[in-house]
Amino acid sequence: MSAGPGGSFSRTQYRLGFWLLLAPVVLWLGLLIILPHIDMVLVSLRERVASRQYEFSFSNYITFFAEPLYWNTFVRTAVMSIVATLLTLMIAFPVSFYIAKVLSGRPKMALFILCLIPFWVSELVRTYGWMILLRETGLISGALQWLGFIDQPVELLYNDAAIMVGLIYTSMLFMVVPLVTTLDSLDNSLIEAGYDLGGSSWHVMRSIVIPHAMPGIMSGCIVVFMLTLGNYLTPTLLGGKDSLWFTEQIYTQFITRFNWEQGAAFGILLLVLSSLIVWAGLKVTKQSFTRVMS
Amino acid sequence: MIPSISSSRFYRVSYLCYVLLFFIFLITPLVVVAAFSFNDSLFPSLPWNGFTLDWYFGEHEPRLGLFHDDALLESIGVSVQVATVTTLASLALATCNAFLFEREQFPGKNFLYVLMLMPLVVPGVILGVSILVFSSTVANWFEVTFDYDIEALRPGLVLVALGQFAFITTIATLVISARLRKFDVTQEEAAMNLGASRLTAIATVTLPFLKPALLGAGVVAFLMSFENFNTTLMLVGSDAPLTIAMFDRLREGSTPVLNAVSVLLMVGSACLALISVFTQRPEKE
Repeated sequence: MSAGPGGSFSRTQYRLGFWLLLAPVVLWLGLLIILPHIDMVLVSLRERVASRQYEFSFSNYITFFAEPLYWNTFVRTAVMSIVATLLTLMIAFPVSFYIAKVLSGRPKMALFILCLIPFWVSELVRTYGWMILLRETGLISGALQWLGFIDQPVELLYNDAAIMVGLIYTSMLFMVVPLVTTLDSLDNSLIEAGYDLGGSSWHVMRSIVIPHAMPGIMSGCIVVFMLTLGNYLTPTLLGGKDSLWFTEQIYTQFITRFNWEQGAAFGILLLVLSSLIVWAGLKVTKQSFTRVMS
Repeated sequence: MIPSISSSRFYRVSYLCYVLLFFIFLITPLVVVAAFSFNDSLFPSLPWNGFTLDWYFGEHEPRLGLFHDDALLESIGVSVQVATVTTLASLALATCNAFLFEREQFPGKNFLYVLMLMPLVVPGVILGVSILVFSSTVANWFEVTFDYDIEALRPGLVLVALGQFAFITTIATLVISARLRKFDVTQEEAAMNLGASRLTAIATVTLPFLKPALLGAGVVAFLMSFENFNTTLMLVGSDAPLTIAMFDRLREGSTPVLNAVSVLLMVGSACLALISVFTQRPEKE
């Protein structure tokens, strides 16, 4: 009825509406995501030959492979990120299972919310908490002395273990939430059936629970890995001057040395590594990107 | 393993202990930060010298409290400004995006959707440097061509807000889209049958329906902007937002005034969390 006289009008209005919706998203992605990354690739592929004079060259990438410090930092960052992701998964899985399957009703909600609380607070504050705990005059050192395990203050900060603790702590939320969500959707009767059919706990876990939780495990791992790889705050504050994290190299090149060409090359390398591992993770477990992300 | 399956007492007790240990691990750093903001000492560390409120209300160096520390207060103001602008801008764009992806059909939609998710997989530091590189390319080109320097494209708060906006919009879009998907389009058609124009129908029927999602996304966007560090670090100019100011002081080794700031942040986050829980509640019915 209303489509009668207004039909053609509302149709042109609709087309106009479509372009008005499309324009902002294209501007946003184009100006803030796509063009900046293309520009970064271009900058990484040039070399300063004189003031304001640039030439096309691979020298920034060659420097990366020729200089062991850069190369080692890169590999070290990747390996530590993978280790941190796996440790986060191993610590978070039993807790998520407890929340999703052992508890129910109010305690379940309460514990789940308790898991989220620390992450409403800035990463800076959380890292600061670990600094107070781990430093030489800190609480853990004090407690160990009080208990008589050690007789003088011990510095627990500024080493790889401290970085690892901080990274795992910071990542926990991004693992627990997807795990609880997928485990929650697993029907208890499937677990019971597994036992009825004579499966051991380990067997039921491996062939029923883990396959069901795989989408959650994957999206948790991908997000945690990316956040860890791109983390700057935690390695810098907990690892001190020798933390050797790749994002610090990028920061140094850009801000301290003002060598943007080199910094851009490092940025591209980190981006490629991060995308490759995300892609490989999705391929191995046959998940789709849009599904894991949303 | 689950309550309906019998398991040994030892297993249940040790599982419970593990979960308890996990929560102690989660809570301890925050409790410690809060506790040391009341320690009557110049350093946020042992020994415990007694209770004081100096780190909140102290008026003079070396015991300058948070509420008299102009540099810190100013940086909080900067962060609030940036976060407000970023939140409003990303909510506006995210709402448009939600309508685009939920209502329209067009070629290349899936490709655009994947692109829209991209900001989530780009590490924050790299997002920051790429915007830094591109904005100064544009600014340099402008300067050479028109002999005019666009101040806004040099490191500073405008770039910080743009950098945060770039990835917060994606998160807001996901939240708002999820809510829009649940909306029954016939309600909007009913409004139009009753004589409302399309825009009126959206403004009076659809947007009120989206309100919980808009509020929820707004709270998340505000917090993410306020607490953002990686992207901000690369784009910041002379005015430092709070996270950058705190980071600089942390590296120098500061007084417990930082603990006081942290407590303030925790209280602020808790209030925002309550707001979002409160506004999300009605839809659970």
